[in-house]
Amino acid sequence: MSGLITVFWKELADNFTSKRFIILFILVLFAGVFAIYVAAENIRQAVTETDTSLFAATESIRFVFLKLYTTSGGAMPSFLTFIVFFVPIVGIALGFDAINSEKNSGTLSRLLSQPIFRDAVINGKFLAGVATLSILLVSIVMLVAGVGLRMIGVPPNSEEILRLMAFLGVGIVYGAFWLGLAMLFSIFFQRVATSALASIAVWIFFIFFMFMIAGLIANMVAPVDDQSTQQELLRNVEVNLTAMRASPIMLFSEATSVLLVPAARTMGQLLQMEISEAATQMLPNPLPLGQSVLMVLPHLVSLLALTVVCFAISYIRFMREEIRST
Amino acid sequence: MKLAVETVDLTKTYDGTTAVNKLNLRIEEGDIFGFLGPNGAGKTTTILMLLGLTEPTSGVARIYGYNSTREPLRVKRISGYVPERVGFYEDLSARHNLAYIARLNGLSEKLAMERIGESLEVVGLSEVADRRVQEFSRGMKQRLAIADTLIKTPKVAFLDEPTSGIDPEGVREMLNLIATIARERGMTVILSSHQLHQVQQICNRIGIMAKGHMVVEGLLDQLGRDAFGGGRFRVELQLTEITSALVDCIKQIEGVVNVERSEDLLLINCMEDLRPRIAKAIVDNGGLLVQMKIQSYALEDIYMKYFTEV
Repeated sequence: MSGLITVFWKELADNFTSKRFIILFILVLFAGVFAIYVAAENIRQAVTETDTSLFAATESIRFVFLKLYTTSGGAMPSFLTFIVFFVPIVGIALGFDAINSEKNSGTLSRLLSQPIFRDAVINGKFLAGVATLSILLVSIVMLVAGVGLRMIGVPPNSEEILRLMAFLGVGIVYGAFWLGLAMLFSIFFQRVATSALASIAVWIFFIFFMFMIAGLIANMVAPVDDQSTQQELLRNVEVNLTAMRASPIMLFSEATSVLLVPAARTMGQLLQMEISEAATQMLPNPLPLGQSVLMVLPHLVSLLALTVVCFAISYIRFMREEIRST
Repeated sequence: MKLAVETVDLTKTYDGTTAVNKLNLRIEEGDIFGFLGPNGAGKTTTILMLLGLTEPTSGVARIYGYNSTREPLRVKRISGYVPERVGFYEDLSARHNLAYIARLNGLSEKLAMERIGESLEVVGLSEVADRRVQEFSRGMKQRLAIADTLIKTPKVAFLDEPTSGIDPEGVREMLNLIATIARERGMTVILSSHQLHQVQQICNRIGIMAKGHMVVEGLLDQLGRDAFGGGRFRVELQLTEITSALVDCIKQIEGVVNVERSEDLLLINCMEDLRPRIAKAIVDNGGLLVQMKIQSYALEDIYMKYFTEV
């Protein structure tokens, strides 16, 4: 146990003093500043345009603070979109050389010949990565909150704070998944460049190619053409969405948009269409926090499971790995 | 004498090839054991198994009675290890690198600082203790690695090729350092190398390994005697003419073990340096000396002798 703690503090110190961390911090800082800029430009419009009825307007103003994080303006993405894209990069950057760089520089065998359990090394590294990631994420959300508070002058209410905390929690799990994945590659590949590239490749795959693959799957399972009925079209969209949910990026962006937009009652295209039909009768009542959490629970569990699987494979492989003479 | 290191039928197989084959090794406390053999002989694998870093396919490895496979933590607490390609965290200073190791060994902050200062002093790196390791030369890193093992005051130290890649002067210093430390602290040292003459200088026991087997093992003197047919020295004579009277005369000199004759050469194995008396015998017999050379047996010869047998 003491070995784990020692490794943890050493890795944490390394993370915070590394140039890599400074680069990441600047990157994320940009995202934050940019998000605030976008929010400043568009938040008034975002609050007022959504609904004309008085009730809806007041409801929408109730969560004006959260709009800081979700408002996008034209071509400019929201803070949330930035986070969806950047957190993987942070996770990958913190983990892609965790084990193989120690192997290559000859420090691993020296480390493992100390009286510590072997898993102390991998656990300590993973936890230090998660801690770094958490600190980065929390500070950026706080930063946006602070500047935003000055800008809009409306303090967050308790529910907004809880929602932000839930968002942070999901964000940390999301980051931990990418960290775990990068560490997995750092155990399987000897060269640091290879493991970095492999992690980036997975990221690119999920961001750019998952759409196409999900589309292909949807068209295979539920083909549509010009004569398709509405039911068939809906089924196609549904399959597409399900396929997309294989991607942790999709899971995270869905989960967080539900958490940060209390009015979001559904994640499927399906119901949104029904709502638009019934929009005249239905008011976009915000959901209570409990209900929002309930909606994203499957997503959260899936993300957690993915993280655990990544880490478990790394763990087993690392524990069984032979320290070879060459 | 207490047994520091013991292996019983230690075997390691990597996908079909046997790296170490039924190795039985016993090293006593306080020995400086030279672990010799060509590359790929299985030296490093044996060391890794002794340290509990690699699991043996069969057999047992023990260090001070602790089973390396079952009680690796106890074994690691009392044994230091300098890997062949030793590395440090380049961004950290020498002192910080050692401090990390001290913490991993559970030393208190105060004790750690004391030991670090002391160890760096011993290896002569006190001056550069706060410089980053990336500025260090290869030789300095090797010395730092020695300091690194001293932090936990081990009973046994495994040094895998500690002299590879450093200049001759550095090698000499390094070996003296190891010998001094071992003697002062009563530490058992297992030094693997393929550079024989180096090992010869400081080891009192050697073992030669080839293809996973221990070919020969024992005290240095004993091995030399075996290899040289009992003598400690070998005198090589070249004469214009060799007469049997001369050979008989030489054989009668006290201390000569045997005399071999090949072409115009005489090879004399003897217990001490008998060159003056041999020279006298030649002159007395009216022989004409072309040249005379003396060799004390070198490990090289032992090595070659056993190697040609493998």
